[in-house]
Amino acid sequence: MNIHEYQAKELLRASGIPVPPGEVATTPEQAEAIAKRFGGTVVVKAQVHAGGRGKAGGVKLAKSPTEAREVAAKILALTIKGLPVHKVLVTPAAEIVHEAYVGLILDRVCKRALFMVSPAGGIDIEEVAASTPEKIRRLPVDPRYGLLPFEALSLGYFLYKEASKARAAARIMAQLYNAFQSAGASLAEINPLVTQPDGSLIAVDAKMVIDDNGLERSPAIAALRDESSEDPSEIAARKANLTFIKLDGNVGCVVNGAGLAMATMDLVQYYGGQPANFLDIGGSSNPEKVVNALKIITADPKVRVILFNIFGGITRTDDVANGIVQALDQSPPTVPLVIRLTGTNEEQAVKILAARGLSAMTDMDAAVRQAVKLGAAA
Amino acid sequence: MSIYIDTGTRLLVQGITGRDGSFHTRQAIEYGTRVVAGVTPGKGGTTFEGVPIFNTVEEAVLATHANTSVIYVPPLFAADAIMEAAAAAIPMIVCITEGVPVLDMTRVYPYVKEHGARLIGPNCPGLISPGASKVGIIPGRICAPGPIGLVSRSGTLTYEVVNQLTKAGLGQTTCVGIGGDPINGTNFVDCLEAFQADPATEAVVMIGEIGGSDEQDAADFVRAKMTKPVVGFIAGRTAPPGRRMGHAGAIVGGAGQTAADKVNALRAAGIPVADRPVDVVGLVRERMSSTVAK
Repeated sequence: MNIHEYQAKELLRASGIPVPPGEVATTPEQAEAIAKRFGGTVVVKAQVHAGGRGKAGGVKLAKSPTEAREVAAKILALTIKGLPVHKVLVTPAAEIVHEAYVGLILDRVCKRALFMVSPAGGIDIEEVAASTPEKIRRLPVDPRYGLLPFEALSLGYFLYKEASKARAAARIMAQLYNAFQSAGASLAEINPLVTQPDGSLIAVDAKMVIDDNGLERSPAIAALRDESSEDPSEIAARKANLTFIKLDGNVGCVVNGAGLAMATMDLVQYYGGQPANFLDIGGSSNPEKVVNALKIITADPKVRVILFNIFGGITRTDDVANGIVQALDQSPPTVPLVIRLTGTNEEQAVKILAARGLSAMTDMDAAVRQAVKLGAAA
Repeated sequence: MSIYIDTGTRLLVQGITGRDGSFHTRQAIEYGTRVVAGVTPGKGGTTFEGVPIFNTVEEAVLATHANTSVIYVPPLFAADAIMEAAAAAIPMIVCITEGVPVLDMTRVYPYVKEHGARLIGPNCPGLISPGASKVGIIPGRICAPGPIGLVSRSGTLTYEVVNQLTKAGLGQTTCVGIGGDPINGTNFVDCLEAFQADPATEAVVMIGEIGGSDEQDAADFVRAKMTKPVVGFIAGRTAPPGRRMGHAGAIVGGAGQTAADKVNALRAAGIPVADRPVDVVGLVRERMSSTVAK
């Protein structure tokens, strides 16, 4: 789950990390009022789940409350990487002496939480990694002991020569590790960690990604989800317990299992088509899931054909067939269906479909070819 | 012969009375797996399908000498269940549960290693040594005994490929689903090493996907250490970067993690990679006959 910058900063603030003050506005007038309260120059920042906000015009300086209202109006009208901006963060502009990068990710290679820090902050860490990898220090944290004080201090000294700053940075590392653990995060990033003219450190921008799997444990974190910042079809899918990712093509795909779903999309492309989505209806699928899946897919006007690819292991193919029939009863789709199912209770499934005048194929390759052909013809 | 599980497998089921645990325990018994014990806290002293249930893994192991555990408990309790099995000195632990928090796995991984256990999964279909033992949810009837070893990050895609192998007369020594999570107990290299050492395995099929670098490590291992032929398939060529494709670990998160990167790495190591699932059988036949000819 992505959370907004202002939410990530709240979590960091709660763990003791210095964060600049800031307030969220949903209208230009609110932005103006906030800027007036802060006085001086403010930064108006789009709160949207997309990288590259600055390049897209989503982050602007405003020297006066009037200007804050004007830039907020512009930013609130933006759509960044397909996501409309509904909120802006208004925050006093920091005076920047130096910018560092501090990141903490769950790393699959070392199988631990991994710190990545760099004195070259303020830009994409990927760029630093590509051009000057020696400016990045990595430190995996042993989960049995947590981040040890000497480890935190060594990270601090990698960023700063002065002992006072290195110690302040070490404190921030420890606090970031705690915030990461208690939020159940998979990524936490401070970029930039700014040195102010008085030598103090402050987290001017922050990003956190939360592992969905742990959300049930922390309702306070789960409540941070902002559905207005997500694709409506993906929200509907999540509520129906389906994994759905919208793509650009015209062949709608309903598949059981993530690997088979990916392989089905790949095969659609292999035969010259383009998949409209990734959709995994999961293992023990009941008919209701299939009904929901069809609703979500047919809501996409680009879809010209719907391809079912079901390999019944735990999934009973007769359940899927019943779901297809129920969905057709509720709202018959206007596009053709290609149904491939094989495995558990295949004979019953074929009978259920045949009673509705539908035929099922058993071969994945042939079904995908057929779907691509129908998609191209429509 | 086979890897990891065989006729000597004495299976303990953690979460035996749950919806998934009870269903798949029946399937395993039907297949001929020796299910010796179940664990459900609070139901100790009762039985399920004639299998004695215990409150703790420790009690179950003392009473039944179980040597393999399969875990069907809910995601937020799975980490504890894995560690309980490792603490009871069970050497082979298979966690089927999907949705285990990844931070939990950072604690589980070193714990399991310290206790000398092998963990397969989480978020995996388990494994099957056709004709001998089935631990997990891979449907028995699509498999047949034979000379092919199979290792995969996926579930149903594995079934698709196994089904084609079986229909083509290419049975399997063992099929292992290592799971789709970013941190899991057993990787491709572990399984390739075991298949290389297993005298009954003549060729290996590996099914990878986007995300991480396990396939590249596997390619390096095959090049350096394997004499048996290996055939690959990689899912996710059409996956957009930065999106999680169902499996928690199936996300292109940086350099080298795309399907194309993985296909190239495997091919560079001399491993033929099928463009379509249906091409796997042909490549296996080709590689097996050319190996025999050598």
